[in-house]
Amino acid sequence: MSQRSELNAVTDDKDLPPPSEFTASGISLPLVAIATDHAPRGEGEPGRAPYTRGIFADGYRGRLWTMRQYAGFGTAEESNQRYKFLLAQGQTGLSVALDLPTQCGYDPTDSLARPEIGKVGVSLSNLSEMETLFEGIDLGGISTSFTINGTAAIIYAMYVACADKQGVPRRKLTGTIQNDILKEYVARGTWIFPVRPSMRLIADTILYSNDETPRFNPISIAGAHVRDAGATAVEEMAYTLANGLAYVDELISRGGNIEKFAKRLSFFFYVHMDFFEEVCKFRAGRRLWARLLQERYKVTDDKALHFRFGVVCGGSSLTAAQPYNNVVRVAVETMAAVLGGAQSIFTAAFDEASQIPTEFSAQLALRTQQIIAYESGISKSVDPLGGSHLVEFLTDKTEGEILKVLTEIDEHGGVVKAIEDGWLQSRIAERAYERKMSVDERRTIVIGVNAFTGKEEVQSGESFRLDPEIAKRVSSRCEVVKEKRDNDAVARALARLSDAASRDNANLLPYLVDCCHTYATVGEMVAELKKLWGGFKEPIRV
Amino acid sequence: MKAGPLRGKRILVAKPGLDGHDIGAKVIAIALRDAGAEVIYTGLRKTPESIAKIAIEEDVDAVGLSILSGSHRELVRDTIRCLADLHGHNVPLFVGGTIPVEDRPELLSLGVRRIFTSEMKLSDVVDSIVAALR
Repeated sequence: MSQRSELNAVTDDKDLPPPSEFTASGISLPLVAIATDHAPRGEGEPGRAPYTRGIFADGYRGRLWTMRQYAGFGTAEESNQRYKFLLAQGQTGLSVALDLPTQCGYDPTDSLARPEIGKVGVSLSNLSEMETLFEGIDLGGISTSFTINGTAAIIYAMYVACADKQGVPRRKLTGTIQNDILKEYVARGTWIFPVRPSMRLIADTILYSNDETPRFNPISIAGAHVRDAGATAVEEMAYTLANGLAYVDELISRGGNIEKFAKRLSFFFYVHMDFFEEVCKFRAGRRLWARLLQERYKVTDDKALHFRFGVVCGGSSLTAAQPYNNVVRVAVETMAAVLGGAQSIFTAAFDEASQIPTEFSAQLALRTQQIIAYESGISKSVDPLGGSHLVEFLTDKTEGEILKVLTEIDEHGGVVKAIEDGWLQSRIAERAYERKMSVDERRTIVIGVNAFTGKEEVQSGESFRLDPEIAKRVSSRCEVVKEKRDNDAVARALARLSDAASRDNANLLPYLVDCCHTYATVGEMVAELKKLWGGFKEPIRV
Repeated sequence: MKAGPLRGKRILVAKPGLDGHDIGAKVIAIALRDAGAEVIYTGLRKTPESIAKIAIEEDVDAVGLSILSGSHRELVRDTIRCLADLHGHNVPLFVGGTIPVEDRPELLSLGVRRIFTSEMKLSDVVDSIVAALR
C-alpha cells in the first residue's frame, strides 16, 4: 500500500459545499453583478492609460503572447538538446532553469553544491558552460529568459559575454532575467548578500542593460513565488507592486531616469484556479501600476507606464494525485492569463508537481497554449471580458484591496524593512498554514486531493530520471576550465571587480562581463563580493 | 507548554542543502507547535553535519527534513551518517517534500520513519508522528 493511500482515506463526496460567494482572496461576489456595482465605463480603452483593457490597442492581433516553457536540467549539453527540441516544436522563446548551486553562487566543486548539481536546472558555473548551452542557437534570433536572482547580474554578464563570443551585437539581445531579489528573501530563498548591496546590484544591472542591451528586460518583478508559497492573488499583486516601487526608488537614487528605465521593467505572476479573480488581478494590477507611476513619480511617457507581465500556469495549484487532472487545470489557467492580457505564458507540465517533466508532458503543456492561441478564438478581440459587470466590479474591488495591502506595508516602514525583520515572511507562512487548513477541512475543494479521490491511484506511466553521474562530470569539467584558462587574467579581473564594488558609485556590470570573459566562475565572483558585503542573515520567525 | 499529543516533545525541523522552498517546513512547524511540541526550525541552507549537531546538542526527540529540490537521496543518506557519527542512531527521522513514489522504499530502508507529501492532511501528519514516537 502506498504512503498516500495509507493516510488519505477515500473521500465521501455527497456533502460537498455549494459554490462559495467568496473568491480565493476572500472578496465577496454579488450573486448577480449589475451596472451599479462598478465605476461607470471605468474600463477605458485598450492602449490608453491606465490600461485596464490592455497595454496595446491591437491586443493579440498585433502580437501573440510568447510561449515560453521553463526547461533546463543536468548538463549544458542535455539542456541544449531539450531547447532544440522545444524550438522545433514551435516554442517562441527559451526559458532557462538553473540548478541551485548556480542560483546560490556555489561552484560545482563546492561540497554544499554536490548533492544539488543539475537537479532543478542546468549547472552554469562559467562562460564555457553557457557557450555549450547555446551551441547552434543564434542569440540574436531568440529571446531567452533566465530564472535567476541571487546571481542574476553574473548570469546576465555571462549572457552578454556569450553573445560577444558568438559575434552577436549586444543591441540585438532580447530576453529577461528575473533579477528580483526582494521576493527571494520572502519565498524561494536563493538570496546571497544582505538586502541593501543586493538592491545595488539589481539597479546596476538594469541601468547597464538599458544602455548596452536596450531590448532586454533586466528585471522581472515576480509575485509568482510568494503566491505559490501561500499569498492570495490580492497579496501577490500587492507585494509585487510594493517591490516594484522599491526598485524604482533604488534606481532613482542611483541616478536612473524613470521615463527610460520604467519601459524595461517587467512582471511575473502565477495563475491559479479562481478564474475571474485571476483575470481581474491582472486588469487591476495593470491599471494600478500605471496610476502609481503617474501619481507618485509624475511619469508621462506612455510606454513607461506599460505593465508588461509574464505568467506561469500551474505550480501549487497542480496536484501529485491524479496528475492528468492538471492538464485541465493548466488549460483553465491559461485562458485566464490570456483574458488578463499576459505578454508571455509558461504552462507547467502535468507531472511537474512531482518531477522534471518528460518530453511527452512538456510537449502537451506547450500544445495546451497553442490550442488556446490558435483554436479557441479568445485572442481575437482585445479584453473580451471588459464591460462585464462582474469583471468590472471585481477589477475595481481587487484594486482597492491591493491598495489596502500596500498601505499596510507602508505603515510597517516599507517592504525592505518588512523583509529584514521577517514580518513579511511570517505573514506568508501564516497564510500558507491557513490555506493548507482550508484544504484539509474541505473549505477549499481540490479534486483528487480532498474530493473525488477515488479508490485507484492512477500514476502517470513515464518518469524522468537524471543521470547520477552528472555531478561528477560537471564538477570535473569546472576543474578543467580552471586549469586551462589564463589564471593571471582571472585574478586581475576579480581584483578590478572587488575594487569597483568598494566604490559605491561604480556600476559593477562592466567588471562582471570582463570576469566572465576570462572564464572566472560564478563561485569566484560571488566569493569576491561576499568578502566586502557579507552574507544575508535570515530572520527566523516561525 | 501547550497541551496536545506532542506535549513534551522537542522536534527539529530542518532545511538541508540549497533548496529555498521553506513554506512546507514552516507550515509543519506551526502544526507541530499547535500539537504541543517544542519546535526548533533551522532556517535555510544547513549542511547534514550542522543539522546532526543541532539535533544532538538540543537533545531532540525527532528530526524532520524538508526537501523539495530532488536531492533527498543524497541529503537523507548524509544526515543519517552524520547523526550516527554523533551517536544519534536512534533519533527518529522524518522526511517531507517532493519525494517521488519510487524513491520512498530506499529512504524508508535507510531508516526514515515516515515520508510526508504536501497533499497529506496536517492532522494525519501529526498523528503519524505521534504514533511513531510512542
